[in-house]
Amino acid sequence: MDGLDDIVEEFLVESHENLDQLDTDLVALEQEPDSRERLSSIFRTIHTIKGTSGFLAFNRLEEVTHVGENMLSRLRDGELALTPQRTSVLLQMVDTVRSLLTSIEATGGEGSVDVSAVVADISVAMEDGPAPAAEAPAAAETAVEAPAAQQAPAEKAPAKKAPAKRAPAKRAPRAAAVPAPAVEELPETPQEDLRADLPEEPVAPAPVAEEHPVPEPAVADHPEGDGVPASDAAGGQARRAVADSTIRVDVDLLDELMLLVGELVLTRNQIVQNVARQTDTDLIRASQRLNLIASELQEGVMKTRMQPIDHIWSKLPRVVRDLGLQLKKSIRLEMEGRDTELDKTLLEAVKDPLTHLVRNSVDHGIEAPEARKKAGKPAEGVLTLRARHESGQVVVEVADDGAGIDPAKLGAKAVQRGLLTQEALNRMSPADVLQLIFLPGFSTAAAVTNVSGRGVGMDVVKTNIESIGGTIEVESDPGVGTVCRLRIPLTLAIVPALTVECASDRYAIPQISLQELVSLDAEKAANAVEEVGGAQVYRLRGELLPLVRLTDVLGLTSERHDGHVVIAVLRSEGRRFGLVVDRVINTEEIVVKAVGGQLKAIGLYSGATVLGDGTVALILDVQALARRALRTETTDRQEARAGSLQTVSAETDRQRMLLAAIGGGRRVAIPLDTVTRLEQVRTESVEKVGNREVVQYRGAILPMVRLDRHLGAYGETEREVLEVIVYSDHGRSVAIVVEEILDIVDGEAAVRSDIDDMGLLGSAVLGDKVTELLDVRAAILAADPAFYSAPASSSTPAGVPDSLLEV
Amino acid sequence: MTAPTRSLAPATSGQLATFRLDGDLYGIEVEHVQEVLRSQQLTRVPLAPTAVAGLINLRGQVVTAIELRERLGRPARPEGTDPVVIVVRLHGEAVSMLVDSIADVVDVDAGDFEAPPDTLEGQARELIRGAYKLDGKLLLALDVQKALSA
Repeated sequence: MDGLDDIVEEFLVESHENLDQLDTDLVALEQEPDSRERLSSIFRTIHTIKGTSGFLAFNRLEEVTHVGENMLSRLRDGELALTPQRTSVLLQMVDTVRSLLTSIEATGGEGSVDVSAVVADISVAMEDGPAPAAEAPAAAETAVEAPAAQQAPAEKAPAKKAPAKRAPAKRAPRAAAVPAPAVEELPETPQEDLRADLPEEPVAPAPVAEEHPVPEPAVADHPEGDGVPASDAAGGQARRAVADSTIRVDVDLLDELMLLVGELVLTRNQIVQNVARQTDTDLIRASQRLNLIASELQEGVMKTRMQPIDHIWSKLPRVVRDLGLQLKKSIRLEMEGRDTELDKTLLEAVKDPLTHLVRNSVDHGIEAPEARKKAGKPAEGVLTLRARHESGQVVVEVADDGAGIDPAKLGAKAVQRGLLTQEALNRMSPADVLQLIFLPGFSTAAAVTNVSGRGVGMDVVKTNIESIGGTIEVESDPGVGTVCRLRIPLTLAIVPALTVECASDRYAIPQISLQELVSLDAEKAANAVEEVGGAQVYRLRGELLPLVRLTDVLGLTSERHDGHVVIAVLRSEGRRFGLVVDRVINTEEIVVKAVGGQLKAIGLYSGATVLGDGTVALILDVQALARRALRTETTDRQEARAGSLQTVSAETDRQRMLLAAIGGGRRVAIPLDTVTRLEQVRTESVEKVGNREVVQYRGAILPMVRLDRHLGAYGETEREVLEVIVYSDHGRSVAIVVEEILDIVDGEAAVRSDIDDMGLLGSAVLGDKVTELLDVRAAILAADPAFYSAPASSSTPAGVPDSLLEV
Repeated sequence: MTAPTRSLAPATSGQLATFRLDGDLYGIEVEHVQEVLRSQQLTRVPLAPTAVAGLINLRGQVVTAIELRERLGRPARPEGTDPVVIVVRLHGEAVSMLVDSIADVVDVDAGDFEAPPDTLEGQARELIRGAYKLDGKLLLALDVQKALSA
């Protein structure tokens, strides 16, 4: 019976592949309903399934495909016209066939899948047709009709297509089935044909092929070859050209190969490291050669597991079409970079998240046609899928030109759901607010549809993407569209990583999260690393980068006492943070090894690896690290803030203050939470608008106020570089010029007095010196009188930094 | 005394691989033991349970090492003495445990088996299936599964 099982299995594999192609073909057919090529291809696929299912005694499968085939043959012969309704019925048939196949795969039988409804639907759809041809033929008729139908392509195109035909070894028998004998075979029913062939040809596909005398049927049996001949450029599937020389390989075998190559790479690393200390030139040469060959082998084996992303994309046109119809939206799906390849395992893992993102875009992203017209956009929405390789990763984007996400609405929703406080929200940049959609239990759909919006969407997508070592982020322009961007490692098994040292142990950080490295000597570190609310920050090119000390997270003590600070700037969930480590060792290709359950439960390590010198190193899970370190920090600070709000009336108390000198020995304190960035501006770049000073900043005009003049102090008149504090609110920014940024202090212990002057709120003793408390509002109004009168949620000018860090 | 013991862990005859730990002799079923190694370089795992001594590199495979002294509530191994690593295969996965020294493989008879001595305390009692009375000494049968699922 083994033989038969093999036949069934082969049948299932091929049928699934063919059905995928069928989906694409049917949707494409709607665009060009007259394409005989496509119709023939669809017809042949269904015909093949019908023939084989009859032979294998899957009666219901045969019944469904039989009526489908009838309809298709009449469509092809022009007796029926293709209407959307008929396409839907045909797609429905494909679905039924698929569930039957699934049932066969699972149980070996057809299970309880009901086919009568579909059969009835197809029959109805056929009778609606204008052509008064014979009624849906009885089973007996089929044998005659089906082969007859085949004749058309056989006569039409054999000469043209013959060169495109592929003949893998196992299909050798088909070589005999050139068009001429084909015609002789036609009168036979497929079943008889198969049975006759069975003794010499125990493998299913071969008999199936025999039953197709036309040259193209090969397509039906090809994994890569799919529906249409290569000459059909319209289909745009260049990949089938390679189908000629392919073989099927068990994925398990490839997995094993990959493992072995991983081990080889590790061993190679060890040998190369050891040999570097040797002087024997022969040995060195041999090790260099080994190095090269191992790299090439690794690349080669990785390639065997690579598949174009089109494999999962090919299902999406159908998803978009069905959803679009259902939601009465008109959507064009565009795909860029469909031949971008990635590891098969990863491809599988990305499939569901990607489908979800696409559904999301269709459902929530793209507006209904009327709304689009009102917004001055074409009625047809465009959903764009992009894939590309970028620095050792695959970047996949799902972009729509829909309504976009309004950060204000999103933030309000998050507060309303109690996911974060209004306080915390106020301090987030729009870009950060967008990432809130990945919080569990979040959905902004006004109405819960059966498509999406059940509140279990994006966080699951995120979890899935992270489980394969990828990252996800979202960008959105209200009114213009939304982009979801996935970054996926090329392969799971071997990842480039940065090895760092912390408390004399080594850890690996996957490169995918790494943005840059910053090394500060003791002197610089003392100035550049500042404290904000108990948390350390570093000013990286003016942006405040929260710092996380790896030793603190791991509960260890740093062994670096010279004051040097080494920062690995990491990106996680669209935000950046700096991980302070003792030392950076190097970058290395590492092979990820699973760790035991009790170590996984710690939630900080994504695995372990063996380094070049044979020691084991833990791989840090950057996402988990960020979540753990950054969230505790924010909550700590929130608590501190909440406490201060209760006890204090004046807004300056218990706040972190930025101390700045403004000249003439005067010091001014500015509440830190109003500061978004610190910048340096060259004096010559300051321009005048009327009698106001402005500076061009990130493509926008930033009004400036010089605090010394504003407060009547007399600082140095002209300096080359101005220290600037940027304050932003609701998309507007102003620059406050000070003489020097001095320090960040805690305003808690300040002794306050109400001795003040114009532009001040009062004064206090901060850091043992009397310090003036700046009336920020007045200072800002001096720079930009319209600052507070602008509508709260006015459209964001381009100049606003899009990645403000929470301070 | 024997009846409740049986229901807990049936006394079995067979071969036990034995090792010493803090002066006592322990044994585990020989079929669990994959290999025994001299002291290995350990990579510590911050924030892991205390019984996790670290990770070792077993020919390219990363294996968790459990400090059995810690598991059994014994004092830490004296400075300057290197542990011996016993690699055990459980459910197809390799785990290792650190012990003081390795001893012989011993044939035991179910007839010599008794429940854990009442003097055993605390967590050790959970991990010891019982004792085999050998000539002049007791062999404590360790429940490997429990001991290594720290």
